[in-house]
Amino acid sequence: MDSADVAIIGAGPAGLAAAETLAAAGASVVLLDEQQMPGGQIYRGIEAVQALRRQTLSLLGSDYAAGATLAKALRNAPVDYQPGSMVWDVSRDLVIHYSREGRSQGLHARHLLIASGALERPVPIPGWTLPGVMTVGALQILLKSDGLVPRVPLVLAGSGPLLLLLAVQLLKAGAPPAAIVETVPRRAYRSAARHVPRALQGWRSLMKGRRWIRTLTHAGVPWYRGCTNLRVEGADRATGLAFHHAGRTETIAADVIGLHQGVVPNVQLTRLLDCEHVWDASQRCFRPRLDDWLATTVDGVSVAGDGGGIFGAVAAEWQGRLAGLNIAHRLDRLPSAERDRQAAPMRAALARERTVRPLLDTLYQPPPDVLRPADEVVVCRCEEVSAGRIREAVRLGCSGPNQAKSFLRCGMGPCQGRICGLPVAEIIAETRGVDLDDVGYYRIRPPLKPLPLMELAGLAADNDPAQ
Amino acid sequence: MFRRIDDAVRPAGITIWFEGQSLHAQAGDSLAAALLIHDAGAFRTTPVSGAPRAPYCLMGVCFDCLVEVDGVPNRQACMIEVRDGMQVRRQHGPAGVADDG
Amino acid sequence: MGGTAHDAIVVGGGLVGSAIALGLADAGLSVTLLDEGDVALRASRGNFGLVWVQGKGLPLDGYAPWTRRSSDLWPDFADRLTGETGREIDYQRQGGFHLCLNEEELQARALLIKRLHNQAGPDGYDCRVLDRDDLRQSLPGIGDAVVGGTFCPYDGCVNPLALLQALHAAGQKCGVTYLPGRRVDRIEGSGTCFAVRSGAEIHRADRLVLAAGLANRPLGAWIGLDVPVSPERGQVLVTERAQPWLDLPTTYVRQMKEGSVLLGDSHEDVGFDTGTTVAVTGDIATRALRTFPALAHLRVVRTWGALRVMTPDGCPVYDESDAHPGAYAVSCHSGVTLAAAHANVLAPAIADGSFRNIFAGFTGRRFDVSAH
Repeated sequence: MDSADVAIIGAGPAGLAAAETLAAAGASVVLLDEQQMPGGQIYRGIEAVQALRRQTLSLLGSDYAAGATLAKALRNAPVDYQPGSMVWDVSRDLVIHYSREGRSQGLHARHLLIASGALERPVPIPGWTLPGVMTVGALQILLKSDGLVPRVPLVLAGSGPLLLLLAVQLLKAGAPPAAIVETVPRRAYRSAARHVPRALQGWRSLMKGRRWIRTLTHAGVPWYRGCTNLRVEGADRATGLAFHHAGRTETIAADVIGLHQGVVPNVQLTRLLDCEHVWDASQRCFRPRLDDWLATTVDGVSVAGDGGGIFGAVAAEWQGRLAGLNIAHRLDRLPSAERDRQAAPMRAALARERTVRPLLDTLYQPPPDVLRPADEVVVCRCEEVSAGRIREAVRLGCSGPNQAKSFLRCGMGPCQGRICGLPVAEIIAETRGVDLDDVGYYRIRPPLKPLPLMELAGLAADNDPAQ
Repeated sequence: MFRRIDDAVRPAGITIWFEGQSLHAQAGDSLAAALLIHDAGAFRTTPVSGAPRAPYCLMGVCFDCLVEVDGVPNRQACMIEVRDGMQVRRQHGPAGVADDG
Repeated sequence: MGGTAHDAIVVGGGLVGSAIALGLADAGLSVTLLDEGDVALRASRGNFGLVWVQGKGLPLDGYAPWTRRSSDLWPDFADRLTGETGREIDYQRQGGFHLCLNEEELQARALLIKRLHNQAGPDGYDCRVLDRDDLRQSLPGIGDAVVGGTFCPYDGCVNPLALLQALHAAGQKCGVTYLPGRRVDRIEGSGTCFAVRSGAEIHRADRLVLAAGLANRPLGAWIGLDVPVSPERGQVLVTERAQPWLDLPTTYVRQMKEGSVLLGDSHEDVGFDTGTTVAVTGDIATRALRTFPALAHLRVVRTWGALRVMTPDGCPVYDESDAHPGAYAVSCHSGVTLAAAHANVLAPAIADGSFRNIFAGFTGRRFDVSAH
């Protein structure tokens, strides 16, 4: 079995920055990433876009272009970069199993840095499983990695910075949305107001937001604010979005509907490793408990980037460097005084990045009917389990997500609970009248993604001669 | 449902087959993107109720873009790059188990 | 003295405890079923859901007939559960196979079946040894690695998780009070009354049944019973849903009604670790593919380890406490197969006081060195 000082999972900003830091410190680094190109979802396709697609580069903006520096650093660093690698198991003694080009192999690492980022929060509203309904992130991925924009009417619905950013990018690409249907309630602006003074320290983000709003308003994109009761219309594909607005029900015809309610940490790996997790009430998600150096409660395992809590791409990069410094120190490649000296300005930068979060988290808190949808709404897309069936199981004595999974098969489909994990926990907590910390989360088991039996069997055959 | 922004230095055009029909694609496209350009409609029907599905997340999370590729069922179209001559079919319900292996 | 009073308390809401609670409620007792929370060890999660007769019996004399009796009670029991709860538990009894991948395995298997035939006597055992060509009549998909196997017409299967849910639902319909999230901290017995403490709660009853799987060992100590159970880990793989493909169960591979394929099973002595190892899951996958090569592309979605409740001879241990009559411990690893007998035979015997006479052969005292 191969071995390395450090294995990094995820080649987004956190993973790339950590790889660069650790390679510079002389550590042997293996960087495993599921995608074929570096950048993660935030800088997805950056190398190809920069080389071949100038118009896309300009409309995606300078924040996106910044990813090119990180990608270039990777290409110049002595890092064993293995794109197209799907990690499907990590044991607590840090043996990592991953699938690449149809074959699985093992890797032993002394340290593991999880940089697998965020997932989009699921938006379970009536009709959200219909073809034509996508996440806003998915629409942006089509733009970044394939240069595609909708050529049919599109509605963007929900809330959050990414929704506005994509609207601006599509506008610049000549494919503006037919409407923006925003779910931010009026009272959220009042609650968020008290976070503005602190957020002003991160004034660049605020200015950016103001610019987007002005651009969209100026272009005359119809913008419905304070909407509730969103429902996708259509029988076998999406044909429109209905919603309540200003006391009336509106319907806008659209073939593509982009939904967004922010992003949440991808906790599959930290859950698999049984790292301790805490419920983050302000971000409305679970995240692994991390110390000052981003180490989890499992020895040798750290998390950098949005996988440890949502702070964005720039913070992720600083976190990657910070975690990298500490791992280098633990590998005896960096004295503690030097680690601390280098870390100080990074911590300051990280603190600046965080100042805007309380404002964003308060303003863009997902609405209750998205967190805990009505009975008829499908929550587990794979197994088609509705919110009502989960509530019924709780009334029969089911106390948590794992029993719900046993009884209803929610979370037993190919996505393995990535989509339904949070809504199922929220619904159980609400029905039982207890806190999310008491309800807990799905127990995550290998393989992290579905794995052909022949690959698992092939691995056993590969290992045999060595035994 | 989607169109390309016309800014690229065009990579080589290739042909893939979807339900027996030839489709034009570009090297480097994800299979999901190539199908979305051509209005493929539902990529799969669910094994539970037979409901139609198409890509939702496009980042390998949701498994709603499952298709059959070169005879292998339940492949994630968003995680696969197109290849010239690729044979793609909709995934109808659960995977088949072929007794001929 | 506070606390809630009942006729009977059952500790453990798994397949064994839920079946007994249902049976006690049928006998007219007021029953409280105390269960753990969301992450209990729960042997039913590791279960294949086989209602299995073939291969079971040795070395305990009464075990083969007891298994067969439960198997015979199962069809009515399944009808009753579905009838009362409206829940489909996917029970079928069309026989099942055990497949062998080399001559040595097959010969050992044939020998075991022969001994069980002799033990069964006039009732008959009806388990047949088959060669590969015989097997291919019913299982055309088996690989060339399969040399033969055994078939028993009494074997069947059920969805074990649906069964657990149906037992809970039927119990609650019959008046069982189901209380999850109650880990039992302490049991006090005075005369014929038992006080069971869970956190700040006290539950009282004059009959107490421990059906808590591996926890029967520590809990048994409170009522003067030495319960000889220890964990044996079995790793299980489950695949994505597949088209209907295997209509009869086999001991290592079965397809559930909803389409997923279960693969197992390992026997490991690893304490209370419910994890999985790539070495073992890889072996299970290898064996499954040698048996059914067509599964090669099917994807595994989940693997897990479950702990069987293992007794020294692998057969059930049923005891009533001498020090505290009215307190019972029921331990076995065949919670699915024996569910019908536990509900219809064992529970009534607890209710009417005939338990000690009927189940003397299953006592844990059979393992006492001094008894031999």
